[in-house]
Amino acid sequence: MVQLTLPKNSKVKVGKTWPKPTGANNIRKFQIYRWNPDDGENPRVDTYFVDMDKCGPMILDALIKIKNEIDPTLTFRRSCREGICGSCAMNIDGINTLACIYGMDEIKSDVVKIYPLPHMPVVKDLIPDLTHFYAQHASIMPWLETKTNRPAKEWKQSIEDRKKLDGLYECVMCASCSTSCPSYWWNGDKYLGPAALLHAYRWIIDSRDEATGERLDQLEDPFKLYRCHTIMNCAKTCPKGLNPAKAIAEIKKMQLSRAV
Amino acid sequence: MKYLTDRKRAEGLGAGGAGSHHHWKMLVSSILIVVLVPLFIVVFGSALGGSREEVLAFFARPVPALIAALGLVVGIRHLMMEAHEAVEDYVGGINRKLTLVAVTAFCYTLMAAGLFALLKIAL
Repeated sequence: MVQLTLPKNSKVKVGKTWPKPTGANNIRKFQIYRWNPDDGENPRVDTYFVDMDKCGPMILDALIKIKNEIDPTLTFRRSCREGICGSCAMNIDGINTLACIYGMDEIKSDVVKIYPLPHMPVVKDLIPDLTHFYAQHASIMPWLETKTNRPAKEWKQSIEDRKKLDGLYECVMCASCSTSCPSYWWNGDKYLGPAALLHAYRWIIDSRDEATGERLDQLEDPFKLYRCHTIMNCAKTCPKGLNPAKAIAEIKKMQLSRAV
Repeated sequence: MKYLTDRKRAEGLGAGGAGSHHHWKMLVSSILIVVLVPLFIVVFGSALGGSREEVLAFFARPVPALIAALGLVVGIRHLMMEAHEAVEDYVGGINRKLTLVAVTAFCYTLMAAGLFALLKIAL
């Protein structure tokens, strides 16, 4: 259900301003959301200054530099550093994206503002709790379901049918899309969200999958599927350039072709 | 219920088995509205500015009266279904059910009042 104000213990306060690096000419200001579940304090926004002449070009480079050289308590997820693992998804300059593939030069304002993915419970600092998001993904059965006996060699697929999976299989489950969707903010407990639905469609149209009907039955629900109002934030924010809204529209078309 | 697993929480009560029919009805009424609204504006606009007798005579004719009636019924039904969506989006728990009942009652009252007024003029 919609909440118009933050709970009292979630209101963000002004945090610590860390000293500027000495002898640096090219400095950039970073304002980063901080919250520690152990100290009982409200969240705060700390200010850091990074010497850009000694920093890599991506936002993740700056975060790693801050953690290594300024404040080792800053907490965030990261792994592959090339947009494949989806770990470093966060809200940068108002956009949900991957810190590892978002260039510093893409931010026009002087201050780089970094927050965790919106409307998710925070574990610590820039780390959102994605437990429910992953459970929703698991609920759509993201695997090949077959009823025919397993072939001796492999499940065959034509080149044309394989092409239908392009633009779907590339999703790295970073949750940028789902956490940018207002419908997911208000009804994330029931609505599956763009990422899970994109994956659902990926398996529905897989020519080798034999559970198409069951998959569509599972999505025949006013909340699981039909909370999508084609707002398109998902397609706008996806750091991999995918279009979950189109996948959802295709599922709706398939549902209609069964019902009408 | 305490100690629910993540998967049980995500699955909830399973699929409601509904949604596509509502989606289809919205699509159909949207198409009808695309046709009816310009017609309604033309009909209503051409009656504007006339004397009371002229307006009564205008809406006593079958085509303007039918277009106005269809505009009312289809438009308010579409409004009701869209309002239901908005309520389901933003209101939760028992308030959701009560608001849905209130919206439905309001829309049908609006429709009945509009049709009654139109009938009174047309007949």
